[in-house]
Amino acid sequence: MTEATGIGAAVKRREDLRFITGAGTYTDDLNQPGQAYAVFLRSPYARAKVGAVDGSEALAVDGVLAVYTGQDTSADGLGDLPCGWLVKSKDGSDMVSAPHPPLAVTQVNYVGEPYGLVVGETLAVARRGAELVNTEFIELPPVAVLGGAARADPIHEGLAGNLAFDWELGDQAATDAALAGAAHVTALEFANNRLIPNALEPRAALAQYDAVSGEYVLRTTSQNPHLERLVLSAFVQIGPEHKLRVIAPDVGGGFGSKIFIYAEETAALWAAAKVGRPIKWTAERSESFLSDVHARDHLTRAELGLDADGKFVGLRVRTTANLGAYLSTFASAVPTFLYGTLLSGQYRTPNIHVQVQGVYTNTAPVDAYRGAGRPEAAYVVERLVETAARELGLDPAQLRRRNFIQPQDFPYQTPVALVYDTGNYQAGLDRALELADYPGFPARRAASERAGKRRGIGLSCYIEACGLAPSQLAISLGAGVGLYESGEVRVNPTGSVTVFTGAHSHGQGHETTFAQVVSDQLGVPFDSVEVVHGDTGRVEFGLGTYGSRSLAVGGSALVKASEKVIAKGRRIAAHLMQTTPDNVAFQDGAYRSGNQQKTIQEVAFAAYVPADYPEDLEPGLSEKAFYDPKNFTYPAGTHIAEVEVDTQTGAIELVNFVAVDDFGRIINPMIVDGQVHGGIAQGVGQALLEHGVYDEQGQLQNGSYMDYCLPRADDLPSFLTDLTATPCDHNPLGVKGCGEAGAIGAPAAVVNAVTDALGVRDIAMPVTSERAWRALQGVAGEGV
Amino acid sequence: MAALNKHIHLRVNGVSHALEVPANMLLVELLRQRLRLTGTHVGCDTCQCGACTVHLDGRAVKSCALFAVQADGCRVCTIEGIGGPGGLHPMQEAFRDCHALQCGFCTPGMIMRAIDLVERSDGLDEQAVREGLEGNLCRCTGYHNIIKAVLQGQEAMEADDD
Amino acid sequence: MQPFNYLKPSTLTEAAALHRQADEPVYLSGGQTLIPAMQQRLSAPSDLIDLSGIAELSGIQAADGAIRIGAFTRHAQVAESAAVRSAIPALARLAGRIGDAQVRNLGTLGGSLANNDPAADYPAAVLALGATVHTDQRAIAAEDFFQAFFETALDHGEVIRALEFPRPRRAAYRKFPNPASRYAVVGVMVAEFDDGVRVGVTGAGPCAFRAHGLEEALNASLSPDALDRVEIPHEDFNRDLYASAEYRAQLVKVMAMRAVRDLFDP
Repeated sequence: MTEATGIGAAVKRREDLRFITGAGTYTDDLNQPGQAYAVFLRSPYARAKVGAVDGSEALAVDGVLAVYTGQDTSADGLGDLPCGWLVKSKDGSDMVSAPHPPLAVTQVNYVGEPYGLVVGETLAVARRGAELVNTEFIELPPVAVLGGAARADPIHEGLAGNLAFDWELGDQAATDAALAGAAHVTALEFANNRLIPNALEPRAALAQYDAVSGEYVLRTTSQNPHLERLVLSAFVQIGPEHKLRVIAPDVGGGFGSKIFIYAEETAALWAAAKVGRPIKWTAERSESFLSDVHARDHLTRAELGLDADGKFVGLRVRTTANLGAYLSTFASAVPTFLYGTLLSGQYRTPNIHVQVQGVYTNTAPVDAYRGAGRPEAAYVVERLVETAARELGLDPAQLRRRNFIQPQDFPYQTPVALVYDTGNYQAGLDRALELADYPGFPARRAASERAGKRRGIGLSCYIEACGLAPSQLAISLGAGVGLYESGEVRVNPTGSVTVFTGAHSHGQGHETTFAQVVSDQLGVPFDSVEVVHGDTGRVEFGLGTYGSRSLAVGGSALVKASEKVIAKGRRIAAHLMQTTPDNVAFQDGAYRSGNQQKTIQEVAFAAYVPADYPEDLEPGLSEKAFYDPKNFTYPAGTHIAEVEVDTQTGAIELVNFVAVDDFGRIINPMIVDGQVHGGIAQGVGQALLEHGVYDEQGQLQNGSYMDYCLPRADDLPSFLTDLTATPCDHNPLGVKGCGEAGAIGAPAAVVNAVTDALGVRDIAMPVTSERAWRALQGVAGEGV
Repeated sequence: MAALNKHIHLRVNGVSHALEVPANMLLVELLRQRLRLTGTHVGCDTCQCGACTVHLDGRAVKSCALFAVQADGCRVCTIEGIGGPGGLHPMQEAFRDCHALQCGFCTPGMIMRAIDLVERSDGLDEQAVREGLEGNLCRCTGYHNIIKAVLQGQEAMEADDD
Repeated sequence: MQPFNYLKPSTLTEAAALHRQADEPVYLSGGQTLIPAMQQRLSAPSDLIDLSGIAELSGIQAADGAIRIGAFTRHAQVAESAAVRSAIPALARLAGRIGDAQVRNLGTLGGSLANNDPAADYPAAVLALGATVHTDQRAIAAEDFFQAFFETALDHGEVIRALEFPRPRRAAYRKFPNPASRYAVVGVMVAEFDDGVRVGVTGAGPCAFRAHGLEEALNASLSPDALDRVEIPHEDFNRDLYASAEYRAQLVKVMAMRAVRDLFDP
């Protein structure tokens, strides 16, 4: 194909024209004739019994159409919102999954939990109605602080110690022995701060029901409309799957937070049938803060043992993970299979044991957010490694080199279940050190000190497991669904191509990259390939976009489908050229045999107008494929942060950030770079700015942009990015996934730099200026 | 306690409108709901995210931070008014060219602010652009490419003026 | 949002009359705090009296030794005003860093002062410069104007007409912004006049105040080092998720020292 649009080209995104002109269609931009509006009734308490809900005053307001509560959804037989991954505790028992009705029925368990909704002719009327609903609550003592949850009274009936599961992975005896015999043990105890994802488009739904056809249509802010349909039909049982259409139009960012099946979209769809009118609901940002899933929130004690040569001998990790009040859709997998399995990092640590206690608290549910478990794992490993190097007086880069898995070690079986496919960690580190001018750091530090400032540098050599995942393995580990992806490549009679993918694009640019892949495969012009996604009515099936899997899994499905198209076309072309298929070669969009040639467009026309056609072949040129990955992919890289600290105020300036990542083969370097930048910004946000804080009463203390700090343009420098490449050896594109790397690698790099600057062993995230100032005071006081 | 309606006249993207609006209708609600100009987005309820930025008499304002009645007699310009598929504004071009958007939700507000910033400044450098975009949140891009785009858009706008 | 009556008087007399007649009236100036508060249902006035149509609230006039700024002047207009930049450049710079650009294009001087948010920037300048608050009824000295947390000397229905800022020999403002809200965690203006130094502090306490301890030290010696040993009492300082009272005290001192440095090297 032409160089400008094929695989590897920085093709400008075709989705951009609608976004830069304001012509994007996000859910709230859509309307249906006769639509009514929903406003949710939300708990003001972290834990309370719900008594009588009196909607009579609300119903008296002109234009209020209905007041519904959890009693109504329950009476209609609506099922619970399920957690899709069954984790087993170390004693073999199943995790405890507390019942999670879409609308709370008898008890509310976090501030903002919906227990009802008011439907009105206008949004203003519905709001007015919601204010007039009188609800009796009997307050109960909440369990809002993670540290005390295990000792507190259970928030759900029959729950011992508020424990959902007590999970482990690895060889405990061997790890204990390795640590006991280690020449040096580095131990750290820290929290991984609670984050609130904050995609800039709030969640929204436009729900409708056609009483004649019995068909439900839900337009909503979803990263995986097919999964939403599956859950709504199989578990919540709103309607049968074939009568349920879920459309995710333009979606304004997700970062994981729009994977999940939430109460509001569910209840809106149910209510649309009850009221007999389309219903629109759009979250206000204040609602998003309270009711979108939150993320991270771990307390961890971790110990790394090293022998006299500085080789890692064992890693022991004990984590308490906050799951919030209910298990959200993938909540149980995040602090277990997406966390414990990554603790080997880039290193040959022979013995690893991790124990994770997942606990319930009276806070918003916690689930996957950009990185999901892997940022927490990278933080544990990379904070420990950096700290160990400092304790031993070794160059942190050197200590890492000494312990890296070497290129000849692949495939590498870690002691925590995963088999890494390919990688070259030394190459990434070396390139990052070069870009960061690591040797020049002492001089820069001296210059900062002359200016009365402290300067620090920090490394983070992260690994992630992406492209979830072989279905059989995942299901054997508790997954409730397969993790393949589906795709369809339809060559139209005139030779243009419509591609259907089960992956969903909400910023990732699939409409461009997937077209690059297919146009490259089929040798057709990029502009003749259209990508369709996000509509269960148009796309056969899909599992959606999360875990940096779209290209590795969804893209691979399209390659498979393209291969089937080419194979069928070869038979048609052979017939047209009066030869046999094995005499026909396909290249650059044309079938050739000797000096004869048939373009794929000519073949497509013949397939749909089969005048001269093989007898035993069906007409048409459209193929579907499901691709089930053979393994995870393992992107990895080195991130280096450099910070300068104002010693009088503690203000931290991130002065440089280098990221060198190995994502395997690259389809569109421009888009990959954009993903890296965005991920780093969120990682820096976690390290320096963001923290969702509940008080002891379970009230969220910073539920607006007035006090929850998203990074702004002037909080960040321009990042320096580069790539190394060891192609993935088990998917046809050789790609590994790039969406989460920044959020995974950055927090440890930044905190390593800050602790280096401040001369302290550890400091809590987010490192606010006051925290840094206090650390400096402590240092001064101790005379270090 | 019915909201008293008010008659207002305003020009939106060059088109005059005479409208009767409830006093408590925000300008952004007028644009999105009444005029169906849905390129202007709402990302927060505390007037901070900047996704609803439009030009009011030529200056960038957050259209969620004023009532429609306050815009009586004013000129309003939204993302739809600065350029379309047939003729993009240089700042729109620059955003596409520099991959300065991902999900696109903050983009209209970001472009409207960027145009205002360039029009009111001389020779912005990277730091000035970063500070100038203080009132606009983006969760996708990490801002790097947005900064590049604004600088490139600045050059193109200056070239257009010459 | 609650419905309300929207009223747009064209004179101060008319505004005051409308205010007297209404149940729970609120004046609307720039609206950059009021409108978000109404969206959050924290404020639900019965009547909103828009001051934008009152001509006498606008305009910037430089006179001998002082500059008078109409209450309805937007922050961006103050920041861009050649008269302000020439008379009191620190005031123009302060205005140019309030909130963000969009807020500065709507928010007004009078609105900010009447609201008296403890973390707003202008109060530091009003106190440090010893400005006079002219209302539709009287003139109020800066010291008397800011009374407590979101409380001013304004009577019910009283409207700020203009601010009169005496021109100092030199002045400087330093602000340590909250990273989320961009309001001042602490903001300090230091102004030197013929008869001495005045220091206005915002963000630190429940209400902006003059830092007499700092003034005393600077009157003895106008240099950053002079503040080194000054104790900043902080028992009554604000504390929030982002900053403790003790940390705010540290920031008051550091911002003051830096503002003093800026006096000599603007």
